[in-house]
Amino acid sequence: MSLTDAAFEAEPVHAEVVHGKGPWQLAWERLRRDKAAVISMAVIVLVALLALLAPLFALITGHDPLTQYPETALTPEGLPVGPGADFWLGADSLGRDLFVRLAYGARISLLVGLSATLLATVFGVVVGLLAGYYGGWVDGVLARVLDVVLSFPYLLVAIVLVAAVGASVALTIFVIAFFSFAAMARVVRGQTIGYREREFTEAVRSLGASPLRIMVIDVLPNLVAPVTVLASLLIPTSIVFEATLSFLGLGVDPRTPSWGAILADSTDFYRVAPGLLVFPAVLLLLTTLAFNLLGDGIRDALDPKR
Amino acid sequence: MSLLEVSDVRKYFPIKSGIFFQREVGRVHAVDGVSLSVEAGETLGVVGESGCGKSTLARCMTGLHEVTSGTIAFDGDVRRDVQMVFQDPYGSLNPRRRIGSIIADPLVIHREGTPSSRRGRVRDLMALVGLNPEHYNRFPAEFSGGQRQRVGIARALALNPRLVVCDEPVSALDVSIQAQVVNLLKDLQTELGLTYVFIAHDLSVVRYVSDRVAVMYLGKIVEIAPGEELYERPRHPYTAALLSAASVADPDRPRDRVVLRGDVPSPISPPSGCRFHPRCPKAQERCRVEEPLLLGDGHKWACHFPLEPGERLRSAEVGR
Amino acid sequence: MWRFLIRRIVFGVVVLWLVATTVFLLFFAGPADNVARRLAGPRAPIEVVEQIKDTLGLDRPLFTQYLGFLGDLLRGDLGTSFISQTPVSTLILQSLPGTLWLVFGAAVLWMLMGVGGGVLSATKPRSLRDRTLTVLVLAGISLPTFVLGILMIYLALSVFPGTGLQPGPYISPFIDVGAFLSTMVMPWICLAVVQAAVYVRLTRGSMLDTMGEDYIRTARAKGVPERSVTYRHGLRAALTPVITQFGVDVGTLLGGVVVTESVFGLQGIGQLMIRSVRDGDLPVIIGAAILAAAFIVLANILVDVAYSFLDPRVRLA
Repeated sequence: MSLTDAAFEAEPVHAEVVHGKGPWQLAWERLRRDKAAVISMAVIVLVALLALLAPLFALITGHDPLTQYPETALTPEGLPVGPGADFWLGADSLGRDLFVRLAYGARISLLVGLSATLLATVFGVVVGLLAGYYGGWVDGVLARVLDVVLSFPYLLVAIVLVAAVGASVALTIFVIAFFSFAAMARVVRGQTIGYREREFTEAVRSLGASPLRIMVIDVLPNLVAPVTVLASLLIPTSIVFEATLSFLGLGVDPRTPSWGAILADSTDFYRVAPGLLVFPAVLLLLTTLAFNLLGDGIRDALDPKR
Repeated sequence: MSLLEVSDVRKYFPIKSGIFFQREVGRVHAVDGVSLSVEAGETLGVVGESGCGKSTLARCMTGLHEVTSGTIAFDGDVRRDVQMVFQDPYGSLNPRRRIGSIIADPLVIHREGTPSSRRGRVRDLMALVGLNPEHYNRFPAEFSGGQRQRVGIARALALNPRLVVCDEPVSALDVSIQAQVVNLLKDLQTELGLTYVFIAHDLSVVRYVSDRVAVMYLGKIVEIAPGEELYERPRHPYTAALLSAASVADPDRPRDRVVLRGDVPSPISPPSGCRFHPRCPKAQERCRVEEPLLLGDGHKWACHFPLEPGERLRSAEVGR
Repeated sequence: MWRFLIRRIVFGVVVLWLVATTVFLLFFAGPADNVARRLAGPRAPIEVVEQIKDTLGLDRPLFTQYLGFLGDLLRGDLGTSFISQTPVSTLILQSLPGTLWLVFGAAVLWMLMGVGGGVLSATKPRSLRDRTLTVLVLAGISLPTFVLGILMIYLALSVFPGTGLQPGPYISPFIDVGAFLSTMVMPWICLAVVQAAVYVRLTRGSMLDTMGEDYIRTARAKGVPERSVTYRHGLRAALTPVITQFGVDVGTLLGGVVVTESVFGLQGIGQLMIRSVRDGDLPVIIGAAILAAAFIVLANILVDVAYSFLDPRVRLA
């Protein structure tokens, strides 16, 4: 084929633009064909609606999540009432509305899960990119520190911190974000080291492109896949961790409706009111399972070879 | 003045070890004292086995590597007027970006034109290298190897460079596609008056495109001459061995292939004297001690005991 | 080899020192009155605060306190509990057997389930068996340990009360084997199920990687029976990352299986820690945290050493 190909010269330049299907578009199409991922997305949307509409449910039922309703919620023997028209999922041992509390609990779970993951992703990507791209002794020290951080269990660090500064939502988010950050930074750093030496980064570097431009325009788009997969798996981990801390009484204020705290409250009463255990347990399990399934689906969609 | 003047360039890569603070434990002598010049409008071919330093030399010329010592004088702005065509058509295009924006990279980085004028330029470039300009919105994965290499060439031409360094531009392609890409490069040279440094390990491709050819061995140039001269009358035993190892498309020529003994020595601790002596059939004591200089006029070689014109390396010597 | 070992030990000691320093600063940095108030809790009477300030010497300069703290640690003196007035080391020694029995018992179970499941999954990838296991693993990973624990207790007490299993404090098997088993079986299963999910995933991935290697194809090509290919050639190489993970996990868990112990009321290091945090029993928290860190560091060193024996490609320089 010669360079003055007559066919192209004859072709009018304003012909219809041919749009290629990008890797994201293809991944989205694959994800949409994945039944488990679609169902998971539906579950996540429902949980998000539950959280968003929590005040609405409080309004409809007329039950505040923190208020006790001993007259209507407890039987004459002092036991919580079961599910019904007034208390949709029943009441807890103190006479509070379980459904309304679970809806408000969804807010805590999603708040912690999403904000910790977002923080971890932003910082992890920035630090991982810089360390991986520039290398050198800073990178060596950082890699070592991340190894050490990741070798300590979340819970041990959380316990010590709670003992030192007291439990709070902010502390919970900080601990989760810190550990997730380490995992994220390690992955991004490793990937960046790989891309730094690729020919397409050399191509722009030989043109005199700035390191910032190379990191943002040339390396970052290639990291979206692994970062998305890791982030989508960090969300359920964070949710479980928040619930665990609250269950142990180390997370949010014990009166705050959080799924972990609700489950902790149920332990003395589920023999008489199994709903207290079953409803929050199922909700928590469904949420984390949905996020995990979606994460797996995203990974398969982005990397169909696996 | 030559377009590009490379004088005694050395590029060593440190080998580091250690966890926190890395110590240097050795050096790879990738390019070790190379001098050559490239004239405007010519094609200089560089051949050698893999690991001889030819790709490192190319990366020094384009400013990707800082040289350890020596100078590279270029008549122009290296970042702008020297462009590179890479070996791997899969690795050299970012899989997550559309080819239109890849080809426009040089224009964007050098702040050339407006977004719409760049788009026009990209379409022109795509037509120039034989791609359908309507495909600028596609991703590299939608193209074949040969088409991707055309994308790489279009990117290299975006800024109207004065020198294009082609680092094994066709070695990753099917043989049938190789000819198309090589012919494209030759046509572009005629049309645009380009200067090429063409690096390859395939002698026949280099012969086809090059005006002059340099032969590299372990970081040094061992022989450099106009193409025909080098192929017909090699003086350095290494050149002769390389030529005899290449397949010859002439049934009348005697097929006495010289098989080199041993492996290419490590560039971390290259042999003393002439670097080729441990593998050279003609090596003598002097080769072990004294490093030969690259001497000659027009046809230069670095050998104490060069082949006479017409002399062939003898199989007996080879079998030694 | 020795040089490597010494370097790793030095590094481990440095990590422990950093942990101790961080913990010290967390609790003791700041004005003496604030520190004493924080340790005593917001509702403690002023006399208690003053008493804490005196016994811990919080009036001394921070660096003097720090040296005293490190000196005590080096002598193995972890201090005395605020609450029970017993030495922390005694409390830890009392709690250690429960944790040890829990971890080692569960470890046997989760290795059997995890490695077994992983092999079953990897030998027939994408089969119904593999996909079922994958779903189970996902469920196991999504299931918080404490939810599994309270569900098990609910089942054991309310639905199947005939099993005799019940939650409760650790009882030494040398005193009463029956009671030991009835309290231990549920925690074992609970911890093992959660851990096994991770191990199935790890074994499966590692097996699939190994079974794609050339030497496996060579073994098949030369007529080695499939069973032998799987177990003698494949599994052996595939187990290296599993054993690495195993060492790290056991080390981490020995520092306290916080959730499982708390759910089942098993009195181990983890529950000791949680109780101390609730009571504000500072010396116990510090002692237990440093012990846990020591287990983790030790396990990491052992894993690195074991690695060199398992994988002939690794040469420790």
